[in-house]
Amino acid sequence: MIHSLFLINSSGDIFLEKHWKSVVSRSVCDYFFEAQERATEAENVPPVIPTPHHYLLSVYRHKIFFVAVIQTEVPPLFVIEFLHRVVDTFQDYFGVCSELVIKDNVVVVYEVLEEMLDNGFPLATESNILKELIKPPTILRTVVNTITGSTNVGDQLPTGQLSVVPWRRTGVKYTNNEAYFDVIEEIDAIIDKSGSTITAEIQGVIDACVKLTGMPDLTLSFMNPRLLDDVSFHPCVRFKRWESERILSFIPPDGNFRLLSYHVSAQNLVAVPVYVKHSISFRDSSSLGRFEITVGPKQTMGKTVEGVIVTSQMPKGVLNMSLTPSQGTHTFDPVTKLLSWDVGKINPQKLPSLKGTMSLQAGASKPDENPTINLQFKIQQLAISGLKVNRLDMYGEKYKPFKGIKYMTKAGKFQVRT
Amino acid sequence: MTDSKYFTTTKKGEIFELKAELNSDKKEKKKEAVKKVIASMTVGKDVSALFPDVVNCMQTDNLELKKLVYLYLMNYAKSQPDMAIMAVNTFVKDCEDPNPLIRALAVRTMGCIRVDKITEYLCEPLRKCLKDEDPYVRKTAAVCVAKLHDINAQLVEDQGFLDTLKDLISDSNPMVVANAVAALSEIAESHPSSNLLDLNPQSINKLLTALNECTEWGQIFILDCLANYMPKDDREAQSICERVTPRLSHANSAVVLSAVKVLMKFMEMLSKDLDYYSTLLKKLAPPLVTLLSAEPELQYVALRNINLIVQKRPEILKHEMKVFFVKYNDPIYVKLEKLDIMIRLASQANIAQVSAGELKEYATEVDVDFVRKAVRAIGRCAIKVEQSAERCVSTLLDLIQTKVNYVVQEAIVVIKDIFRKYPPTSRYESVIATLCENLDSLDEPEARAAMIWIVGEYAERIDNADELLESFLEGFHDESTQVQLQLLTAIVKLFLKKPTETQELVQQVLSLATQDSDNPDLRDRGYIYWRLLSTDPVAAKEVVLAEKPLISEETDLIEPTLLDELICYIGTLASVYHKPPSAFVEGSRGVVHKSLPPRTGSSESAESPEAAPTGAPPGEQPAVIPAQGDLLGDLLNLDLGPPVTGPPLSTAPVQMGAVDLLGGGLDSLMGDEAEGPRGDVSGSPAMGGTNFAAPPAGTMPANLGGPIGGGLGDLFDLTSGVGSLSGSYVAPKAVWLPAMKAKGLEISGTFTRQVGSISMDLLLTNKALQVMSDFAIQFNRNSFGLAPAAPLQVHAPLSPNQTVEISLPLNTVGSVMKMDPLNNLQVAVKNNIDVFYFSTLYPLHILFVEDGKMERQTFLATWKDIPNENEAQFQIKDCPLNAEAVSSKLQASNIFTIAKRNVEGQDMLYQSLKLTNSIWVLAELRVQPGNPNLTLSLKCRAPEVSQHVYQAYETILKN
Repeated sequence: MIHSLFLINSSGDIFLEKHWKSVVSRSVCDYFFEAQERATEAENVPPVIPTPHHYLLSVYRHKIFFVAVIQTEVPPLFVIEFLHRVVDTFQDYFGVCSELVIKDNVVVVYEVLEEMLDNGFPLATESNILKELIKPPTILRTVVNTITGSTNVGDQLPTGQLSVVPWRRTGVKYTNNEAYFDVIEEIDAIIDKSGSTITAEIQGVIDACVKLTGMPDLTLSFMNPRLLDDVSFHPCVRFKRWESERILSFIPPDGNFRLLSYHVSAQNLVAVPVYVKHSISFRDSSSLGRFEITVGPKQTMGKTVEGVIVTSQMPKGVLNMSLTPSQGTHTFDPVTKLLSWDVGKINPQKLPSLKGTMSLQAGASKPDENPTINLQFKIQQLAISGLKVNRLDMYGEKYKPFKGIKYMTKAGKFQVRT
Repeated sequence: MTDSKYFTTTKKGEIFELKAELNSDKKEKKKEAVKKVIASMTVGKDVSALFPDVVNCMQTDNLELKKLVYLYLMNYAKSQPDMAIMAVNTFVKDCEDPNPLIRALAVRTMGCIRVDKITEYLCEPLRKCLKDEDPYVRKTAAVCVAKLHDINAQLVEDQGFLDTLKDLISDSNPMVVANAVAALSEIAESHPSSNLLDLNPQSINKLLTALNECTEWGQIFILDCLANYMPKDDREAQSICERVTPRLSHANSAVVLSAVKVLMKFMEMLSKDLDYYSTLLKKLAPPLVTLLSAEPELQYVALRNINLIVQKRPEILKHEMKVFFVKYNDPIYVKLEKLDIMIRLASQANIAQVSAGELKEYATEVDVDFVRKAVRAIGRCAIKVEQSAERCVSTLLDLIQTKVNYVVQEAIVVIKDIFRKYPPTSRYESVIATLCENLDSLDEPEARAAMIWIVGEYAERIDNADELLESFLEGFHDESTQVQLQLLTAIVKLFLKKPTETQELVQQVLSLATQDSDNPDLRDRGYIYWRLLSTDPVAAKEVVLAEKPLISEETDLIEPTLLDELICYIGTLASVYHKPPSAFVEGSRGVVHKSLPPRTGSSESAESPEAAPTGAPPGEQPAVIPAQGDLLGDLLNLDLGPPVTGPPLSTAPVQMGAVDLLGGGLDSLMGDEAEGPRGDVSGSPAMGGTNFAAPPAGTMPANLGGPIGGGLGDLFDLTSGVGSLSGSYVAPKAVWLPAMKAKGLEISGTFTRQVGSISMDLLLTNKALQVMSDFAIQFNRNSFGLAPAAPLQVHAPLSPNQTVEISLPLNTVGSVMKMDPLNNLQVAVKNNIDVFYFSTLYPLHILFVEDGKMERQTFLATWKDIPNENEAQFQIKDCPLNAEAVSSKLQASNIFTIAKRNVEGQDMLYQSLKLTNSIWVLAELRVQPGNPNLTLSLKCRAPEVSQHVYQAYETILKN
């Protein structure tokens, strides 16, 4: 099982270590540093690194490497999933997950890690339970603790851990009972030069924020559940009921959680809500190239496309760019060659465009790679797959909760080749 | 106020100050001090000197303080064992606390104190906690047993904790069950022999129930444990699959992959005709696709596993090509894996979008490794799907036009492979011209060698081939060996094609290679060509310009047995490395060889080591399954089995050489010649005899080694795979036609195969009183078209009581009719008295032809290609030969060992043979040292021959 954990920042300092079994010398990380050096970018460090006596499994998030050390044959996905869970927990506890924050809360971090694993076996990884065991730091609590001498550590047995619904703590009370669900879809797409879609798929999630008193039992039904043929559920969802009736029936955890994630594959026809017209030309001889892109909406069901940001990694040969946007602001970093254009909203009557010239290295030949354009955008009140919630009902409690459902479509990895 | 304040005390005397604070009377101050200590510890500072002071704080009601002290204890107890004893009392007391949280905390911490002295004091509290009324305490205690076992295994066994742990599998609380399983699995890993996880249908049922209710991590443990279970029949397998399938929708990818493992494994047992089987196949695709939308690290592990799954069951993901398309900001390790899978999935249906569009796009990216792989991928697509070849070649030409150096070089290497598969007709003529333009820019040996190969191979179409090759020759000594060898061969080819203009050139290269080079490979190849050219130019032409075997479409397939084994390890490190755990897990003590379960029907027979073929009718006979007994035997062999007799040094170098050759190709062939004095080959049968324990040594065919001409003759036999000089096994003559039935004519005979020709050796005896004459013989139509190649010639009339021995040459061009049994031969013999009929069964191995040696790659591809239903498995009993002896015996009868692999101490031999009617039979033979029974798996497109091939094996091996 998981032996040790090292947290390493991008400059290669180990700033935290935790061992769940015997102590493993931090020199084991030298193998990791070697791999890090070999990789051109932090993202490219291989997630599994063998060393003579151990294996290092790492994830890279928030500019921190979380490196787990294992000694025996352990499912790597188990370790990697766990590491992501650690990151999520930190984020949940401290709002952000950064080196600074972890150092600031090192004792809490240590206590949390201790609760998450026992002898390398996961112990409490549900944030509901962890928060019952170790209260997250708040300014108020710190003040109170200093005055009263009370502590962050709960002295109650985390009852949820034993019940049949381990994800929900007992005795929850709210004055305003509310349940909000966000249907968020991210569209991943590759569009080729000519504008036709090579592949497009949707990664959707339903995130919930449920603040309900007692033990509510919820059911959620969809207008078109047939869309959901590839789904992953939170453990609270009763799978049998879904199989037979296509209804989500569950006792929700308290607070924020991800109810379900789903995937609408490339085989279904996925609507692509925006298009990009581009004309980028490097001329062989002269040291000037032309650059022009236009972004426009399509298939948005009348909703506005907003938060549009266009980024593109320009080839090395581009020295500078002089461009004029019809709206928004743009920057070009001559060192990293990253072009970024913050477009904002797309007005269908007046399509935003960015055009101008590129100054190229004199004498150099035409760059052999074409820049790929990366697109970010948001569309409120639309789930691009067409998924719609039909109704939400509550059983088991008497009060009337306030219910709300929001839809949003975002760009995931949305790439346009030129 | 944040915790960072704890880091600020770095000045001198820090320890001293902390000590004072720890001993303070004020609770608050104490706690602050402990926090500071912990903070220092976290960043790796040594605060072990404070041990007694910190332990003093342990007896407190403050839960946080207690926890902090525990944290400290776990870290430093090892370095201060004497002090740690002070803590024991508190643990014992805490284990009795009314609050289960405290009890659990105590038992948890206890196990983390890795001090031998303390452990024995902890047994009693642990025993209590294992039976605690609160499941939270029980589940914590279960893990504690595993911890304790790690420190002192003997103690845990003596105290009977393992049994208590096993009982916990039947606990009412699913979390306790999951933890008990996890603990037992971990202990079992260091105790491979112990039967800790003794699974039976009842315990499986309990596990499946717990599976639905426990946490995600518990589900992983339980699923991994389930995967080790061997269901007794297909119905049980199906019911387990049904209950595991819902896990595919879990949000935790590790759960999903573990479930996939269980399903992939148990699916082996389900009949393909079941509706459920195809339903299951359909259900497997979406979760695998979903794994690819996770974080890149998860994607990587998932992709490595998908790579295995795609090889085992390509049908699952055959429609999902697009999800493997590479995004430009994927990490490089994800990109490379995706590309690999794309090629595996490439088929006629989806090739268009892949080869021209996607791969070309990738080939213009920035990352050099990725670009190279993409270019290779284009080539592999072309080789795999013929329809796409032309398109791929034009894509490659486009890429060459980019003039990016490494792209050009990679493309040339790839085009060479494409030419080997589809020899360039006129439509590719222009390609060669384009390639020649880029000659100067090639600086990598592989690309240079590929270019030279193309020039040599198609010299007749390249006008200035001699100039081109000559230009390479100038810097001959600076080239790498690969290029030198290729240049030598290419110039010889050129010479054979255009002898008049290139005589000078060939002499130049031969003298460069033989006289001016220190490299034995090069020198030897030079000499061979030289002698060949000087002795017999016609033969030289036949040898050098011989038709080359086709290259196979799949170049890096995993061997079938290894693949089956790896499928059992889905989701583990083994699956990431594509190696069995024994190959890399430290010590590998705990590794038990895993295997896929057999398909229904044969599951019983797999366990009974019957000598008879284990599957009834060939054709329904399934996958390769090591029987239970084998596993056991394997384990025993580790220390009890007789030492494996190493092959005597002289054991038939012919065979050894042949095996080696496969690995190294032509180069090693040359090397082999250089180092292997062949003189003792003929002596080998006698020497080899010492190697065979039971059967008499004399039964080896006398001419195993064959006549030893010069090294050359010998060598060429090897290259062309013609092991013909040795004859195959000959059975003693048996009476086919008794005198009583044939008016005094007795015929006994046998079949032989020697130097490529089959003959029927007959003994005719005249037991009548009159002279016999005018003999003639005729065969009825038979399965393999055997027919006499010459009339039966008995020169003089046969007088009474006289016997004559005749060898009747046979061929296989007669008319064919399927006989039952397959190897039945009906013969008519005529003489001056009458016509007599008899029938006989001929051993199949007389039909094994000399060029039955398959290329390694072809073998892999073919093995995979032949459906599993065509596989038949047999046991050959009481054949105590080692692998070398087996393969040399078989080779004498034209069964060729293509590769040998050692798995867990047992040798797997991969063999091929070809029948006269070009039916290929592929075999996998498992030889275990110390076990006289061999396991033979046969795969053949005509499964009805398997039974007879098996009989041939048995005959050959037992004589």
